[in-house]
Amino acid sequence: MPPMEHVIVLSAVLFAIGAIGALTRRNLIAILMSIELMLNAVNLAFLVFARMWADVTGHIFVLMVITVAAAEVAVGLGIVIALVRNRDSVNVEDASLLKW
Amino acid sequence: MTATSIFFYACAALAVVSALAMLLNVRNTVASALCLVVTMISLAGVFLVLDAYLIAALQIMVYAGAIVVLFIFVVMLLNLRHDAFAPNRLIPVKFLACLLGVWALVRLAPLFARYLPDPATLPEGFGGYRHVGLALYTDFVLTFEVASFLLLGAMVGAVMLAKRRLD
Repeated sequence: MPPMEHVIVLSAVLFAIGAIGALTRRNLIAILMSIELMLNAVNLAFLVFARMWADVTGHIFVLMVITVAAAEVAVGLGIVIALVRNRDSVNVEDASLLKW
Repeated sequence: MTATSIFFYACAALAVVSALAMLLNVRNTVASALCLVVTMISLAGVFLVLDAYLIAALQIMVYAGAIVVLFIFVVMLLNLRHDAFAPNRLIPVKFLACLLGVWALVRLAPLFARYLPDPATLPEGFGGYRHVGLALYTDFVLTFEVASFLLLGAMVGAVMLAKRRLD
């Protein structure tokens, strides 16, 4: 069994990588993938605390996060397809207006 | 060092390296998505170390099997192999920020170690489908139903967004 703080540090590192990706990339698909990475890092933290207190609630929470992530990806990629159809680009800076 | 620890550190290193590869690969979106698959699978290995067997299986099925395949499908459908380059400036500032972040983590990790309790002894079958499923369908049945509404709404929304014309 590795020390639990190492797992939490892994979760923090993955979350930081995802946050950097979500903030610095311009490609909408890359931003969505970075958000997935952040959600996974949070799942890892939930599972660490579930393991530490032997409480199954953390596992239920992770199941719900996976559900929300799947829904988010479906809707997000629908938006990407609509954006490419209207603007012919996946660059977020080409979609900075609420109307066109 | 036990076999479990070695497995954990191998999975953790693979996850961080492939996540960095996903972040830094600005040329090819398909390769970026494949790096994300590697991250998800190695995270499933970490979940196994944490006795979350059902979640590890679902991680591989839902994330590596469905979500990332959806990403790759859309990237190939739209033929978006080449990404726009992000402006590459303020390199020293970014380097300093990385150093500062690593320093903060190194200082924070002993605090976690001091204030977190030792891992509890697990009941029989913890993290298996029986244990998680029993909690999901008794204590958290309302959450489960709300999640089904969420998926229905997302499905309708995705179909409406991707339709060519709304009429």
